[in-house]
Amino acid sequence: MIRLDNIRKVFNPGKPNEFVAIDGVNLTIDAHGATALKGPSGSGKTTLLSILACMAQPTSGGITVQDREISSLSGQSLTGIRRKTFGVIFQQFHLIKGITSLENVMIPAYPLGEKFSTLQKRAMDLLDLLNLAGKAYSKVEWLSGGEAQRTAIARALINNPAIIIADEPTAHLDTRLSLEFMEIMRQLKKDGKTIIIASHDPIVSESGAIDRVVEMRDGRIVEPGGVA
Amino acid sequence: MMFHPGILALLLGSGLTAGMLCYSAYEGVRIIRGWDIRSGSEQQLEMERRTYLVSTVMSYAMGFQLLSLFLFIYTADSLSPLFVGAMCAAGSLKVNGFGYPTLIVKIVGCLLAGVWLIINAADNQALDYPLIRIKYWLLLFITPFIIVETTLQAFYLLSLKPNIITSCCAVLFNADSGTIMSDLLALPHALSLAIFFTSAPIAMGLGLYVYLKEKGAVPFAIATFCHFVIAIIALISFISIYIYELPTHHCPFCLLHQEYGYVGYVMYAAILIGAVTGLGTGAINPFRSITTLRHIIPPMQRKLALVSIVATSVFVLITVVAIFISNLSMAA
Amino acid sequence: MNLSAIGKQRYILDLALSSMARRKGKNIALVMVYTFTLFMLASVVFSVDSLKQEAALTLQDTPEITVQRQVAGRQDLIPLTYAESISRIKGVQSVEPRLWGYYYDAFSGANYTLMANTSLSDRTGDMVIGAGVARRNDIGKTNRKLGKNDIIPFITADGAVLPLTVKGLFPPASELVTADLVLMPETDFRKIFTIHKDQATDLVVKAGNGKDPVMIAGEISRIHPDTRSILRQDILQTYQAVFDWRGGMIVMLLAGILFPFVILAWDKATGLNAEEKREIGILKAVGWETSDILLMKFWEGAAISLAAFFMGVLLAYGHIFLASSILFESVLQGWSVLYPHFRLTPYVNGYQVAALFFLTVIPYTVVTVVPSWRSATIDPDSVMRI
Repeated sequence: MIRLDNIRKVFNPGKPNEFVAIDGVNLTIDAHGATALKGPSGSGKTTLLSILACMAQPTSGGITVQDREISSLSGQSLTGIRRKTFGVIFQQFHLIKGITSLENVMIPAYPLGEKFSTLQKRAMDLLDLLNLAGKAYSKVEWLSGGEAQRTAIARALINNPAIIIADEPTAHLDTRLSLEFMEIMRQLKKDGKTIIIASHDPIVSESGAIDRVVEMRDGRIVEPGGVA
Repeated sequence: MMFHPGILALLLGSGLTAGMLCYSAYEGVRIIRGWDIRSGSEQQLEMERRTYLVSTVMSYAMGFQLLSLFLFIYTADSLSPLFVGAMCAAGSLKVNGFGYPTLIVKIVGCLLAGVWLIINAADNQALDYPLIRIKYWLLLFITPFIIVETTLQAFYLLSLKPNIITSCCAVLFNADSGTIMSDLLALPHALSLAIFFTSAPIAMGLGLYVYLKEKGAVPFAIATFCHFVIAIIALISFISIYIYELPTHHCPFCLLHQEYGYVGYVMYAAILIGAVTGLGTGAINPFRSITTLRHIIPPMQRKLALVSIVATSVFVLITVVAIFISNLSMAA
Repeated sequence: MNLSAIGKQRYILDLALSSMARRKGKNIALVMVYTFTLFMLASVVFSVDSLKQEAALTLQDTPEITVQRQVAGRQDLIPLTYAESISRIKGVQSVEPRLWGYYYDAFSGANYTLMANTSLSDRTGDMVIGAGVARRNDIGKTNRKLGKNDIIPFITADGAVLPLTVKGLFPPASELVTADLVLMPETDFRKIFTIHKDQATDLVVKAGNGKDPVMIAGEISRIHPDTRSILRQDILQTYQAVFDWRGGMIVMLLAGILFPFVILAWDKATGLNAEEKREIGILKAVGWETSDILLMKFWEGAAISLAAFFMGVLLAYGHIFLASSILFESVLQGWSVLYPHFRLTPYVNGYQVAALFFLTVIPYTVVTVVPSWRSATIDPDSVMRI
């Protein structure tokens, strides 16, 4: 489903603060499974996630998503692919303040211009699925941590993407909510979605929902056995 | 110099447009030299970002170009009472040697900018900007053109002095005045009619062929351009006299006045739209074979051809109606 | 345009408006300055065009050709014998002598225009005055305007006093042309200025139907080289040119307002606060393209421009046509002691709106294009790292 070939990402190339975030990563992620990316901060997890989600372009190397080579595409077409294929859940949730959770959920679909009633119904159904129907019209500032996260999940699902990507999703959650989150991920996996989660939280990497754990250190993938 | 608000508005608007185009051209040079879609380098990403800016700027610039064409004609028209002998824009434009050249360059500028926007639209729809270099080369060609237009316009407006004696449209657009215009006007009425009512169906027919068969775009583009020129000549030569109901009144500008229902605006808009879309259809044709454009250009051409046909039909329809309801009879 | 394209525009416009509403302060300040700029410019454009219209309407009834005699480059009295020779020119329908002049009234400090009128020829001692005269001349400093049967004592050129009685006042609607006018019988006029009965101030010539006044004027100059003929067309053009010139001067001065406005617009556009940046970053992260963000910025600009345009133009309309252009009166109407009071007739057309658009919306758009683009090209990747 996703294949990375010798991906390299360098920030500020040629300048004094040049930094190699990812240094030759080869990775294949199969469809319909759940993969956890593990590693200390600074290991390049977030950068790799960015590249996987088509939010950033690698300095060199090839990416194939659903049998399509995308590393040579323009930023604009990448966005089009990202919108259709990926749903992203951020560490800080990143909901837009000042508007309701329902609106937040619908926003990723705005540029597609579909009929308002259809879109609204789909958004409501998602919130309902996540037990948030009662909070649909609340401004996001008034949501609790768990409710905000579930809103973020609903938003990630609005365009019915095949792949869900989450970056440190349990960082701001207590144990109970973290377990709840993993349960939702398990359910999504059952529905046929591919899940990729970056986290150094053992609740995630040791969860039964996870099929495979990939460890990263210093911009490289650590092979099982500790050799990079 | 005449401190007329309309003049100030034109000078400011055109100056800013020319400035925006110069900036776009500067970016264009950088892009032509360094563009490499396959590269993930910072420089390439920066250029991809910049190309959005140029697209946006050019869209605004084209909008202003079109508006300023009409504002220019309208300003010339409203200044006519200040010039002895002028009754409409025809006279105002004749006041110094820059008036008519500015108008012609402005019209050509509109056509060029329209074609550029069509090529840009095609390029933006493809995933890998296949036409990027071509469109920036075209931009580098258009920019000096617009600068020339801005300069001519400035010379025209700034050398206007009231009370210069000029000619009115009756003199300028007269079959006896010995200019190229007058030779065209002196063509037999039946011949002018025949040419016009032949070129219109040819253009529309070729457009229909493009629409149905997705072929023949280049002949269509040529036909629409020819029809554009013929339509303007026809307007001056015989369509106008039916609208004015006066066999000696050939002025192309008096049509824009209230007493004729501002029909001139509709007709000129129709001619311009028909020409731009027709030319655009042909302009993007050479790129049909590029992989990423294979499924983008033919539907675009169909849409453009359709718009062109509709615009041409509007013009022909107005012409036919004008001739029929006119109280003028040219049965001599 | 298919439905989804329209739907997309609506959604984006909706978000643009809600985004602006969440940042009221800066947006309101900008709209106010924008409105003010438009208000000033629109006021100038409306008043100039309206005055031109008034002038054109008023001058419709001026004589086609006015013949004046010139001595050493200045106007002098014209002998009535000229009238006879001019009336014999081919194409001339009629020639009438006119008697008029300027009288300086030391008491009020104003210049009146005195004019002889044939309808008062048998009413020696009577006069009809304009509203401006009535206001300035105030016997006994009681602040009462002159009315019927009040007297103005005129001092004649040879030192005598000639009192004339007000028998009528010109209606207020005609103030633009009659404010400083005093109409009197010919005999009284000649007494005040000691003008001989064989002379007149100038001659008014009417051309026959379809005859060319320019040709007649040429012929008059030929037979009387010491005269000059003023055509109605010339006067109209001069007025138009003067109004245009004055209007343009004001617009140039107001260009000074454009600068702060443009700078404020630029400042607001570039000064994205952290919250705005975050929002745009989120939009890009959830799948909005750069072109979608640019579209949102476009709608923001359009909303601000439309609001300011609408309000500015409405306020200007009120200012000029309801409040009689208080702010511009003195510049546009010229210096005088006797200002006519009059209300301008509204005269607004599409051309003015287009000119205003070019003078304001275009600079605003140009200045905000680059900052808008900069904010739209924010890297979504950066959102991941916050």
